[in-house]
Amino acid sequence: MNFSIYDFTSFNQWIDRFLRENLNSFWAIAVEMVIIGLAILLFYALVGLFLVYAERKVCAFMQNRVGPNRVGPYGFFQTIADFIKLMLKELITIKNADQFLFNLAPFIVIIASFMAIAAIPFAKGLHAIDFDIGVLYVIAVSSLGVVGILLAGWSSNNKYSLIGAMRSGAQIVSYELSVGLSLLTIIILAGTMQFSAIVEGQANGWFIFKGHIPAFIAFVIFLISSTAETNRGPFDLAEAESELTAGFHTEYSGIKFAFFFLAEYMNMFIVASIAATVFLGGWMPFHVGGWAGFNHIMDFIPPFIWYIGKTFFVIWIMMWFKWTFPRLRIDQLLTLEWKYLLPINLVNILIMAFIVLMGWHF
Amino acid sequence: MKEVVNLPVKKIEEEEYHINMGPQHPSTHGVLRLVVSLQGEIVKSLKPHCGYIHRGIEKMCEKDTYPQIIHLTDRMDYLSAHINNHAVCLLVEKALEVDVPERVIYIRTIVDELNRIASHQLWWCSFGMDMGGLTCFFYGLRDREKILDIFEESFGSRLLHSYYTPGGLMMDIHPNFQKEVKNFIQYFRKKIKDYDDILTGNIIMQERTKGIGVLSREDAISYGVTGPSGRASGFSCDVRKRHPYALYDKVDFREILGTEGDTFTRYMMRMHEMRESMKIIEQLIDNIPAGDYSAKMKAVIKLPAGEYYQRVEAARGELGVYVVSDGSKTPYRMKFRSPNFSNLSVLDHISRGVKIADLVAIGGSLDYVIPDIDR
Repeated sequence: MNFSIYDFTSFNQWIDRFLRENLNSFWAIAVEMVIIGLAILLFYALVGLFLVYAERKVCAFMQNRVGPNRVGPYGFFQTIADFIKLMLKELITIKNADQFLFNLAPFIVIIASFMAIAAIPFAKGLHAIDFDIGVLYVIAVSSLGVVGILLAGWSSNNKYSLIGAMRSGAQIVSYELSVGLSLLTIIILAGTMQFSAIVEGQANGWFIFKGHIPAFIAFVIFLISSTAETNRGPFDLAEAESELTAGFHTEYSGIKFAFFFLAEYMNMFIVASIAATVFLGGWMPFHVGGWAGFNHIMDFIPPFIWYIGKTFFVIWIMMWFKWTFPRLRIDQLLTLEWKYLLPINLVNILIMAFIVLMGWHF
Repeated sequence: MKEVVNLPVKKIEEEEYHINMGPQHPSTHGVLRLVVSLQGEIVKSLKPHCGYIHRGIEKMCEKDTYPQIIHLTDRMDYLSAHINNHAVCLLVEKALEVDVPERVIYIRTIVDELNRIASHQLWWCSFGMDMGGLTCFFYGLRDREKILDIFEESFGSRLLHSYYTPGGLMMDIHPNFQKEVKNFIQYFRKKIKDYDDILTGNIIMQERTKGIGVLSREDAISYGVTGPSGRASGFSCDVRKRHPYALYDKVDFREILGTEGDTFTRYMMRMHEMRESMKIIEQLIDNIPAGDYSAKMKAVIKLPAGEYYQRVEAARGELGVYVVSDGSKTPYRMKFRSPNFSNLSVLDHISRGVKIADLVAIGGSLDYVIPDIDR
C-alpha cells in the first residue's frame, strides 16, 4: 500500500477494494456514496466559512480597517460564531407568503451549488464523478440556482424581493451565454469536455498560455460573466442593498438566510475552481518547457495545494473588483453582455478554431 | 348564450405599482419616505413624505433666547452645524450693530470652510455607497475623522458644536489649531486624489451619472435649488459671492458653475468645492490676528422690534434665517429657509423616467439631510 499526496487514485482503489471484500457490490457502492457525500458536505461547510472570513479580511484591508480580530486568533472563529448565531435565530414566517415555495427556495439554491462541486477535480484522482461532459454538467447544474432565486423573490410577498429576483433572472440568463461560450473556446483547444482530460492536457503548459491571445480574452470574459452569474459586485443587482434593501433575500432570516449566503460564496468558489481548472491548469503544477530542474521543484508541491492556490487567486481577483467598483445599472448590465461580451466571444471562438486548425497554439 | 362583454383591457406594461422607499431604507439617508410609483424598473412619479423627524424647531425658537437658539440650529443640518450657528449669530450682530473682533471673523470663516469640507466628505462617502462602492464610505470617513479631531480639540465636541455665540465665540481656539489645520490641508490635498481615483474616474460611475437627472437652469431657479446642486445647473447662487459675509469678500476663491445639471456635474461641483474651501483656509490660517474672542455683549440680548433676515451659504445651499422681533428677549416669530427642503422638492421633477438605481444616485447627488427638511 503506498499512499501519496501526489496521486489519490491508489487510495481510492484501496477503499473500494476494502469495501468490496467485506460487502456485496450494492452496499459497497452505497457506503462509498455516503462517504463521498459526507466528505463534500464537510468540505463545503469549511470552505464556505473560510470564504466568509477571507472576504471580511480582504475587504477590511481594502477599506483601511482591521476586520474581525476578536474571536480566536486573528478573528478566525468569527464566522463560526456568526454561523452559530444564524442557526439559533428565529425563522420569521411571512404573512401571505407562499410558505411552500418560500421554504423550498433556499434549498434549491444550495443544492445547485452542491451538485456542481461534485464534478470538480481537486487533485489527481480526487473528484467525486469524472463525467465525459463535465463542463456541460457544471454549466447546466449551476444555472439551476436561479430557479431558487426567482422562487425566493416571487414567494416573499415583497416588491423589493420581486424586483431583485427579476433582475437576477435577466442577469443570469444572459450571462450564462458568455460563461458557456468562453469555456467553449478552451474546449476547442482542449478537444475534450472531461475535466480530468482537460487538466491532463495542461501538463506541458496551462491553456491560458497555450492558447495565447484568444485564451486570455476568454479568461477575462469568463471572470466578468461568472462574477455576474454569481450575483457578486459590481453585478450584485439582485441584492443591491442601497436600492432594494437586500433584494431577493430581504424576507429571509436565520438559517434560511445563511443558506443563500453560503450558496453565494460557494458559487464563487465553484466558478473560481472552474476558472482555475480550465484556464490555469487545475491541480497541474506550473511547468516551463525545457527547465527540468525548475519543473522538478514545482512537481514537489502537492497538486491539492496548486489547486487551492489558483482557486484562491481567482477568488481574490473577484473580491478585489467587488470592493473597488460601484454597481452597474440593469440596462448597462444587459448592454455589456449582449452588445459587447457576446460578439467578442463569438469572434474569439472563430479565432481560436482557426488557431487550432492551423496548429499555431503551443 | 353568454353575452360577450368587451371589458377594457389594461395592458400589463401600463400597470404601475408603488413602493415605499423609507422611512427605513438604506439610501434615503434618514427618515424620509418616498412613495415611488414604478412601471417595471422605471420611476413614473414620486412623492416625498416628510415629517418623520419634525421637532418643531421654529416654534421652540419662539420661547428661547437668542443664545439658546444657537443650540437648536445645530440640530437642523447637523453636518454643517457651524454654518447654521453662523447665520443666527450674524443676524443678531447685524440687528444690534455689534462690532465683532477681527479674530472672531477669521476663525469663523476658517471653521465654516472646515465644516463644509467635512460635510462634503460625508456626502462623498454616502454617494459612493449609494452607487454600490462600499470602499468609498471608509475612505471618506477616515478623512472626515481628522476634521472632527480638530473640532474636538478646539470646541470640545465633534458633531453639534454650538461654538459661535452672538458677538463672538464660546471660547478661544486651541493653541494647536493652526498647526493641525495646516497638517490636515497638506494631508487632504493628497487624499482627495484617491477620491478621484476610486470613484470620479471610474467608468461605471461616469456611465451611471452622466445625463441622468438633468435639472435645467430655469427649473433650478424656479424650484429654488441652491448650493452645489443649483450651481451644477449654472445658477449662480453662492451667497458667499453674491451677498458676502464674514471674510468672503476679501479671500480669493472661485464660484464654480456647471452647465450640464446632471448627476455627474452635481458630483463634480462638490469635489471642486472641497478644493476651493482648502484654498480659502490656506489664505487665512496664517493670518489670524490676535485679540478678543468675543465682543462685549449684554447678559440679556434683546433685538429691537422689527424684521430681520440673514442668509449664509451652508454646505447644501442657501440657509436663510428670518426673525420678527417685538423687542423682547425671545423672537416673536422665527423661520428658517432651509436649502434641503427646496432641493428635495425638485426630486420628483428630475427623476421621472429614470430607473430605481438612478433615483438612488440622484438622491445621493442632491445630498439631503432629513432633519433640515423637517426641522
